[in-house]
Amino acid sequence: MKFSKTLMATTALTVAAGGMVFAEAHGNMANSMTLVSWGGAYQNSQQKAYVEPYLEMNPDVSATWDESSNEAVAKLRAMNEAGNVTWDLVDVVASDAIRLCDEGLAMEIDHDEILEAAPDGTDASDDFGDLIVSDCFIPQIVYSTTAAYRPDLLPEGAEAPSSICAMFDLETYPGKRTLERRPINNMEWALLCDGVAKDEIYDVLATEEGQQQALDKLDTIKDQTVWWSAAAEPPQLLADGEVVMGSSYNGRWFSAIEEQDQDFAMLWDAQVFDLDGWIIPADLPEDRLNRVLDFVRFATDTQRLADQAAYISYGPARKSSAPLVGEHAELGIAMGPHMPTAPENSENIFVYNYEFWADYRDDIDAKFQSWLAQ
Amino acid sequence: MTDATAGAGPNPQDAAAKAAEKPGPMLAADGTPLKKSLSRALRRQKLRALMLIAPLLIFVLVTFVAPIADMLFRSVENQIVSDTLPRTTAALDDWNADSGELPGEAVYEGLYYDMVIAEERKLHTRLGSRLNYEQTGLSSLFRQTGRGVDDIGEVYFDQFDDLNPAWDEAVTWAELMGEPNWVAEAKARAGNDESIPGFEMKDGIEDLLPRTAEMYGIFAEFTETEDEDSPIEEEPWEMVHVALYQDLVSQDVSGYDGAQADLLNEAKAAVGDFETIGFKDGFLEIEDDWGNHDIWATIKTYSPNYTNGYFLAAVDMEKTPDGPALRDENERIYGILFQRTMFMSLMITFSCILLGYPVAWLLANLPSRSANLLLILVLLPFWTSLLVRTSAWKVMLQQQGVINDVLVWLGLVADDARLVMINNQFGTIVAMTHILLPFMILPLYSVMQTIPPSYLRAAKSLGATNWTAFWRVYFPQSVPGIGAGSILVFILAIGYYITPEIVGGTTGTFISNRIAYHISSSLNWGLAAALGTILLAVVMALYWCYDKIVGIDNVKLG
Repeated sequence: MKFSKTLMATTALTVAAGGMVFAEAHGNMANSMTLVSWGGAYQNSQQKAYVEPYLEMNPDVSATWDESSNEAVAKLRAMNEAGNVTWDLVDVVASDAIRLCDEGLAMEIDHDEILEAAPDGTDASDDFGDLIVSDCFIPQIVYSTTAAYRPDLLPEGAEAPSSICAMFDLETYPGKRTLERRPINNMEWALLCDGVAKDEIYDVLATEEGQQQALDKLDTIKDQTVWWSAAAEPPQLLADGEVVMGSSYNGRWFSAIEEQDQDFAMLWDAQVFDLDGWIIPADLPEDRLNRVLDFVRFATDTQRLADQAAYISYGPARKSSAPLVGEHAELGIAMGPHMPTAPENSENIFVYNYEFWADYRDDIDAKFQSWLAQ
Repeated sequence: MTDATAGAGPNPQDAAAKAAEKPGPMLAADGTPLKKSLSRALRRQKLRALMLIAPLLIFVLVTFVAPIADMLFRSVENQIVSDTLPRTTAALDDWNADSGELPGEAVYEGLYYDMVIAEERKLHTRLGSRLNYEQTGLSSLFRQTGRGVDDIGEVYFDQFDDLNPAWDEAVTWAELMGEPNWVAEAKARAGNDESIPGFEMKDGIEDLLPRTAEMYGIFAEFTETEDEDSPIEEEPWEMVHVALYQDLVSQDVSGYDGAQADLLNEAKAAVGDFETIGFKDGFLEIEDDWGNHDIWATIKTYSPNYTNGYFLAAVDMEKTPDGPALRDENERIYGILFQRTMFMSLMITFSCILLGYPVAWLLANLPSRSANLLLILVLLPFWTSLLVRTSAWKVMLQQQGVINDVLVWLGLVADDARLVMINNQFGTIVAMTHILLPFMILPLYSVMQTIPPSYLRAAKSLGATNWTAFWRVYFPQSVPGIGAGSILVFILAIGYYITPEIVGGTTGTFISNRIAYHISSSLNWGLAAALGTILLAVVMALYWCYDKIVGIDNVKLG
């Protein structure tokens, strides 16, 4: 008993010491890692901006992608219960990162310690600023859920819409619209267009009456709305002329408009900012953890995050990356104006209220789904 | 008795003679009753058969039955509350939620210790998300409380520290609480940077300082297992100071003469003048919601290890202090979804029979060359991705889609009144009928192949019309195929998920879409398990009815 404890303690010490040595010597690192992301254009931007450069610097290392970010929370929980976590680094939206952290499935980290400082020496935690919404979360990009419309399908003589409330204005802008099949964002927009002041929206939404008010407002367009569950649907619906306007992620709109030459126009008004970033699963073995820490330090430095913006129109999460954002890698257009964070796009914005939705999500979702089903 | 023990083995001749003497049980050649001997032989055979299938049986049990049972078990499991808040839930037993009053100081005291320990183990937020399914706001309440709970301990920690800085040192505590031999060895080893043996509690300290001993023990265990450190080098959490304060106020420590006795007596003399903070006041200061009666009622309602709460939620009910009650009208959803799932699955099954029967008949009656070609056409969709087939229906059925375009071009439908055929029940039924059709055609085809064509000819030669010959002779023989196909299609349809998700819109989604949401999005696995259990029970009940009405022996796959 005593012997085994001694042995364990010695091993622990050795491993800890090994961990410290590695920081300089890069010893004891696994040679493969499994990265989890969303697939599609977003994963491609990660591959180009930092995975390929990292693999070039470390020819022995191999990286495997798992396109499971959609159900990352459930899968990670199942893996954790089975005691066999095969993922090394997981790309999730901020609300999922908060839940993984709450569940103890993600590792809590010290941002200043494991992430590179900005080139001017600013600490990582200051460089990311408020975007570090959880102790487990390493932000990468800011994206937004925002609206777009088909100018050619607007009625003759109608002005181009300039406000999100066009979504609720069936008289001026008849035709179908498409919204996400969940309460988040839609409830806020409904209240905003029902005359609630922007800074009171969450106070109102916290009450039964406020929730009913939002649903009543959504009720006015319920018959004319196609509800989407995959973000690829709205561009397709708009392209086919099934709907005249709709909400989706700004990157999806960008790729439809610029890469596929669709005649859509963006309606940046009341766009909702959300974050996407990495989490490291809890309790990784030492060698895999070392490899991941090494990779993450590289992949989230100022230059790498700016590079990513050359492949997709999502804003880098570091303040210091913004000035380095250049042109699209293939189209050669300046990416700055297409970022949700560009000044002319972000005159009126929401920021996803993580705290509020963590509490109210189950309750409001039940009401929303029940309302949809009736 | 004596015969059995004396005789080395039964004599067959004796046995035969005995059997002839009086009519008794028939005996086998070795003298045992035939019945027994037969059943032994059969048992051996059965055992051998069982051993042969054992690998498969074990495989099925381990990889199929056990995981499903484990998942379904989550629908009643609720240990997380009493595991995370053991002291609180024990203290809550004495509290009557109907009284309308907040629980007493003892409950808040339990909550303090539970929260500090849960916060160190990072379990409090998990409990918060669990309870948030039952009451909105508990998720952030537990998260905020976890951040603020140290405030209570600091009050006492600072006063002990002011009294004597020795209270701020790990060694003081280790000497007070630890077995002297352990302390000596731990100190020596710590000085040499060697590994330190596991903590051993001093004899008798539990009687002298019961709370402190309990809390220090928890701290010591956590420090050794989680932090891989030793209590000799780590100063204890503030909660141990709180426990010591409580012990000193209530216990007599004058008889103690072990290590740090002076320090302890000095503290004993001083605690009377300590500034105190009630646990209840402390929690109210961290979060007002701890003064909310409903929150305590929720915690009490969900403190047992097993709960029917998930099942109640799955049938649109909730637990209230007055027993289960229906939810508000605007929160009911599962009843609608179960009905809709049943209705649409039946519709899909009937559509499959209607469409599949003629095709299967054609397949069975064509010359084999053309039949094979046709069979390939039936199977072709099987080889195409499910998502492609479903998306193809979107292109066909949407308002700007192929069918609407044709109808408008033919002038049957006005351009501004195009038909809505997708994102509703109709779209789901069409798409799923198409996808599940092969499961109907194949069993029908294989049953129809076994019906000799001469029966129909015989019926006709005896004067039956085409219809009578079909209805009275052919159809009854094909019923087993319909039964098999219907069961296959219905059971597949009732659990279908991806097609309704894509083409179902709001009125065409199934209960399985909600189960998927609770598994992967809301993480409410208990509710998902309850919904899944109900779905399983419904399918089994239907299967039973089917067996009673049609008879499962009449089902043939070929």
